[in-house]
Amino acid sequence: MATLPEPVERLLDAALVGELTVVRDDGRPVTYPLIPLYDGQRIYLTSSALFSRKLDHIRHNPRVALSITDPVSVDGRTDRATIQGDARVIEEDPHGGWERLLPIWEAKEPAIVAFLKQRVALPLFFERALIEITPRRVLHWPDGDAASAPEIVELRAEAA
Amino acid sequence: MRRTPALDPAAALDKLGGYPHHVLTWVDDAGYPVSVAVVATIDRDAGTASFEPPAGLAVPDDREVSLTGSHIRPQPGYGYDERRHVTAWGRIAAPVGDRRTLRAESAWGWDEQELPFFEYSERSVGQSRRYFDALSAERGTPVRPRLSLGWLTLRATRLPFLSATIVPVLLGIAIAAAHGFFDLWSVVLTVIGASFVQLGVNTANDVFDAAQGADDANVTPTKYSGGSRVIQYGLLSLRQMATLATAFYVAAALIGLALLAMRGSTALLGIGVIGIVLSVGYTAPPLKLAYRGLGEIVVAIGFGPLMLLGAYVVQSGGALSWEPFVASIPVALLVALILYVNEIPDRRGDARAGKRTLPVRWSPGAVIRGYDAAVVAAYCAVVAGVIVGLLPVTALLVLVTIPLARRVHDGLRPNYDNPYGLMAIMGANIRLHLVVGLLLLAAYLLVLVAGALAPGVPLFLR
Repeated sequence: MATLPEPVERLLDAALVGELTVVRDDGRPVTYPLIPLYDGQRIYLTSSALFSRKLDHIRHNPRVALSITDPVSVDGRTDRATIQGDARVIEEDPHGGWERLLPIWEAKEPAIVAFLKQRVALPLFFERALIEITPRRVLHWPDGDAASAPEIVELRAEAA
Repeated sequence: MRRTPALDPAAALDKLGGYPHHVLTWVDDAGYPVSVAVVATIDRDAGTASFEPPAGLAVPDDREVSLTGSHIRPQPGYGYDERRHVTAWGRIAAPVGDRRTLRAESAWGWDEQELPFFEYSERSVGQSRRYFDALSAERGTPVRPRLSLGWLTLRATRLPFLSATIVPVLLGIAIAAAHGFFDLWSVVLTVIGASFVQLGVNTANDVFDAAQGADDANVTPTKYSGGSRVIQYGLLSLRQMATLATAFYVAAALIGLALLAMRGSTALLGIGVIGIVLSVGYTAPPLKLAYRGLGEIVVAIGFGPLMLLGAYVVQSGGALSWEPFVASIPVALLVALILYVNEIPDRRGDARAGKRTLPVRWSPGAVIRGYDAAVVAAYCAVVAGVIVGLLPVTALLVLVTIPLARRVHDGLRPNYDNPYGLMAIMGANIRLHLVVGLLLLAAYLLVLVAGALAPGVPLFLR
């Protein structure tokens, strides 16, 4: 497995929200704010069945990017990153398969555990697919300013 | 049905102007999206957003690019709130100086302040159905959303609403006991049978509302209104719900027949037949009483006099009395008001489905005046019943609930168009019916206790 640059790993660990961009079949990029969940190996996001159109786009074209740009969502960090990668939809068990990532999700959004206990109130929200991203290329702006060219790390050669 | 309100490019640019930075995105020559944070200058009149080109990256002018604003407010220990995002798509115009300009051509976004998350979710139920249908087709076997059996039972049957049945039935039994009639086995069967009738009503109501589109058309259900939604969510099929409703009615009918055999009376038979006709005809064709603006009256009759008198005559062996009828009036009015208030957030969906409930037909002012009149009538019925000696003076205990009724009245107008704000008011209104019913029950328990301990104490003004 390719290793992400350490500052980008820290960004992923801190980010409450990142921007996942998928590519529609007509070539249009579509951006969705989602919580990035990083387990030290791969990047995961989850998608409710209610808002699952992004999964259709990923099945059609797995090339995606996840950007982390909002200093407010990363506890004031000022660096920014975009991770390009190949996504895979994991949906063997939409009811509970995603719950293996609940500890990472809870660390960012503690209220999710209480919401999950009340899943009877909003059952479809908790029917979720996982989006697993294998990173291929990382663009990192250490000062967060697009006036400077990003540091680019190619991960393709390291991919397992 | 649109999942999010229509957003034209000019409005999207306005919104983007409120974000401190923007995410510029395009698809690179390798086919991967690229996103870069920029600070764009918005020109709403020109319909454009301009920005310094990011260093080291070529922004293409031969394909669509997008500009996204995204916002959250972190809430330590909770997560975050104030979710909103907006994206404008367009092409990059010919460079002017060093800057690049995006001409916005289409847009999309969501702001939870404008479209509450619960409504957004309801508007997206169709997408969930498509997701599971596609998954089922791919696997060649049905894949459906799930809930544990306990939660599914609670949700599908709307079990907590059983208080609407338990209260009048226990009150009828208590009045009968005060008149010297009490048989434990028939008490147990009455409570179970009446509960099955209500569970049949609840589930059949969902079946016929789904079949006629009323629940599908409702995008602002709450935990008190809009039905159980188990059919809309795909948790149960229409056929499964219909089977459940039939099972409840069959069970209720069998218990009714057993009670007739045990405590046979023509009054009980008549009450049972009317009850079955009203409960099935509530939403089922051809009667569809709820769709004709008669739902409130049917509920008042069914969960007021029919339940209370039915429970009474089972105990009395068929003897009728004015006392349980008078005691049923406040219960009937307040249970009808539960439906009446719960119909307020449903009124747009009901109107689309041709369900002509009172909140569909009346103005907000008229609905609130109607509420006030019915509540006042409920209290007046108790006071009048006490004055004429048909109800015990202890029934005046119900007057302590006037502040609760006032709270409902006060909350109706400011929350009339806010289904989620109205939830607390609907909850208070349900409590009003429950507490009044329980206080009337307590009034009769006091009559029973007084009758046993101090027979001479006059609790009726007669």
